[in-house]
Amino acid sequence: MQTHQFDVVIVGAGGAGMRAALESSARTRTAVISKLYPTRSHTGAAQGGMCAALGNVEDDNPEWHTFDTVKGGDYLVDQDAATIMANEAIDAVLDLERMGLPFNRTPEGRIDQRRFGGHTRNHGEAAVRRACYAADRTGHMILQTLYQQCVKNEVAFFNEFYVLDLILTHDLTGREVPEGEDVAVSGVVAYELSTGEIHVFRAKSVVLATGGAGKIYKTTSNAHTLTGDGMALAYRRGLPLEDMEFFQFHPTGLAGLGILLSEAARGEGGILRNADGERFMERYAPTIKDLAPRDIVARSMANEVREGRGAGPNKDYVLLDLTHLDPAHIDAKLPDITEFARTYLGIEPYTEPVPVYPTAHYAMGGVPTNVEGEVLRDTTHVVKGLYAAGEVACVSVHGSNRLGTNSLLDINVFGKRAGISAAEYAAGASWVDLPADPAAAVVEELEDMRNRPQGERVSDVRRELQQTMDTNAQVFRTAESLRQAFQDIQVLQERYSRVSVQDKGRMFNTDLIEAIELGFLLDIAETVVVGALNRRESRGGHFREDYPKRDDENFMEHTMAYRRQPGVPVDSPALSAPKGEEVPEPGPGRPVVLLGTKPVVTTVYQPMERKY
Amino acid sequence: MTAVAERSAAAEPKAGEIPSFEVTLKIRRYTPETHGDEAYWEEHTVTAHGTDRLLDALHKIKWESDGSLTFRRSCAHGVCGSDAMRINGRNRLACKALLKDLNPDKPITVEPIKGLPVIKDLVVDMEPFFASYREIMPFLITTGTEPSRERLQSPEQRARFDDTTKCILCAACTSSCPVFWTDGQYFGPAAIVNAHRFIFDSRDEGGAQRLEILNDKEGVWRCRTTFNCTEACPRGIEVTKAIQEVKRAMITRAF
Repeated sequence: MQTHQFDVVIVGAGGAGMRAALESSARTRTAVISKLYPTRSHTGAAQGGMCAALGNVEDDNPEWHTFDTVKGGDYLVDQDAATIMANEAIDAVLDLERMGLPFNRTPEGRIDQRRFGGHTRNHGEAAVRRACYAADRTGHMILQTLYQQCVKNEVAFFNEFYVLDLILTHDLTGREVPEGEDVAVSGVVAYELSTGEIHVFRAKSVVLATGGAGKIYKTTSNAHTLTGDGMALAYRRGLPLEDMEFFQFHPTGLAGLGILLSEAARGEGGILRNADGERFMERYAPTIKDLAPRDIVARSMANEVREGRGAGPNKDYVLLDLTHLDPAHIDAKLPDITEFARTYLGIEPYTEPVPVYPTAHYAMGGVPTNVEGEVLRDTTHVVKGLYAAGEVACVSVHGSNRLGTNSLLDINVFGKRAGISAAEYAAGASWVDLPADPAAAVVEELEDMRNRPQGERVSDVRRELQQTMDTNAQVFRTAESLRQAFQDIQVLQERYSRVSVQDKGRMFNTDLIEAIELGFLLDIAETVVVGALNRRESRGGHFREDYPKRDDENFMEHTMAYRRQPGVPVDSPALSAPKGEEVPEPGPGRPVVLLGTKPVVTTVYQPMERKY
Repeated sequence: MTAVAERSAAAEPKAGEIPSFEVTLKIRRYTPETHGDEAYWEEHTVTAHGTDRLLDALHKIKWESDGSLTFRRSCAHGVCGSDAMRINGRNRLACKALLKDLNPDKPITVEPIKGLPVIKDLVVDMEPFFASYREIMPFLITTGTEPSRERLQSPEQRARFDDTTKCILCAACTSSCPVFWTDGQYFGPAAIVNAHRFIFDSRDEGGAQRLEILNDKEGVWRCRTTFNCTEACPRGIEVTKAIQEVKRAMITRAF
């Protein structure tokens, strides 16, 4: 075992992690730990753009951007955070340009901007050109540019190190923290992939920037590696997860494959059609049609298919029509996604419409933070030294449905903030003692899995988890489907306790890594389902067929999910009685998911009916 | 997307109506912990569907029969650059190589990319590759005061280096280069591509420094224009052309 000491440790090297690293490493001794090489991170798969009210091509201002973000999130957005994001968006884009990001340009040489779903002029009048972009590989350019800057600034990376545990002064799953006592972070435990060696990183500040959890679903745009690691690390230590029931299904995944085709395709004029060739979005969102927010478009598509108007031999997808666009325009603005259609489906988008269907894309929920990136352990108290940014976090700027491009913005604005906060905290804080043997618990778990001669196969349990989540907790949900998902997860959790791996080696044991990732996925899926059962309303990405209306009276609040050990007396002001479906009992000996709430921060925008 | 190989026939998309077929993979394995220091070949036969990629077949083997088979992968649609391998003797990304296009009647050979030390099975040590990348100063270099708004750049100036911005650092090009195989000191195509990306960026002022670095005996002059790199690039970058443009810039000092 090796021990390292850094003032700041950043977990994850995607956009948020590297943006944080650039700030933190300029101020103090910083390490970035990533289970992948930084340039493999899934920020690189983001396509369409990053919104900022630069006003380079038409009139725009940050207040309109804030409003769109709040309305797009179906009013569950914390409006103070959304205001900060929209205001700081302009500098975030200019920072990237100064770092060298090759944005597309206007004829005058300024950063070009295009339309994107839910982004409008003057509070919904019409679609506005707000998304700054680099063809349809904006995320790739952001990831490369941030990595280039990290190379320039000689940021210390620990690549292909997998963080297994977050070390806190308290185990919050076991007992409540007495009033007046502080909870602090003291480091992380990591596993070096190439050797199998355990490393303990002692740190004054830890920034979680591990990204999303799309692999809880079968059909997803997410990478294989997006397994909710950071969310699960926090949750297993008893920290809450916020708004986990809100998962975004991106309307245009390649049918059957889930590979993302950017909303930019519709921003550039693409049209969704059903089997009859009808532009069906005219019925669901008469004003902005195909550029309605993603939750609305995804539901409309699923509804077309459900009502028998799906295209294809099994009538199970709709069509994204680009055939009326000039091929030269397609090549200039959408080269990558049209190549995906050619490579993976053998479809030529110049002449044929592309089969598409919603694909699990983005977790609006995550580890709750305030606007400085500090992680909350209940509605009000922070964990000293612990920060989170990007998809792993919930600030909450996305509320119940994220607008397109706002994730690339989120990682830049709040990654920067978290990096600054973490470094500044570390400068003034004293070292917190590590526990006697900080790696003992995870090493034991790891060795159990490695040494168990036979048992459940990781891929079987994972496939069944993804299947039940797709069937029961996707675009449309009911109490019944969610109860089924919950029961399935309990069975799978029990099977997971008997999981074994075939690769018994120490070197580059990806079999073992997949087993650990599966444990994280199961825990995260459980929080999604429990939150969805409780929320007896429909809002943003969460649609309950048995409660199809938004219910502001009872549910205009964030959900907080806490893990507690079975049998621990629970008496916390952070918890509240369930309002929705009774959550069934977990399996014997399993920890329980308890729910609380957190108020939504409303500053200027009162909830209105959401029409587009 | 994990589920391609497992998808039920009823959910097949249009292009997936090609019936399922058997495919044999002949994989070059290296597992020093269990099989000693020699690499060896191992064959696996799996059932595949019309839109399945080589990565799906590798996953099927790993998930259903041999969990110890080791390879890198992440995004699974050709943008992260994790899974470059030598497939039927050509460098490709496993997630972009459709099985039906690989002549599945014969065993498909799968080996780690060449010229970098193999750690285990299809996983190689990428450090030497990234070290060359870092050497060419792959970041925008400017002098003077930062502008308060964006730097101006015309669409034509932006188009000048568009091709080389597509690089995903997968190493398919560098590890396909015969010069790199015999001389690991050579910077290799990927590093030169990334130098090109900045040399021809109108905003950058570090071109002369980069050209000086690449004028080294292990620099651009080692290129023998075999076009392996261009053929290998999964992003369709005209790698050899980019290298020639850098050579020309070195002579003319015009860029």
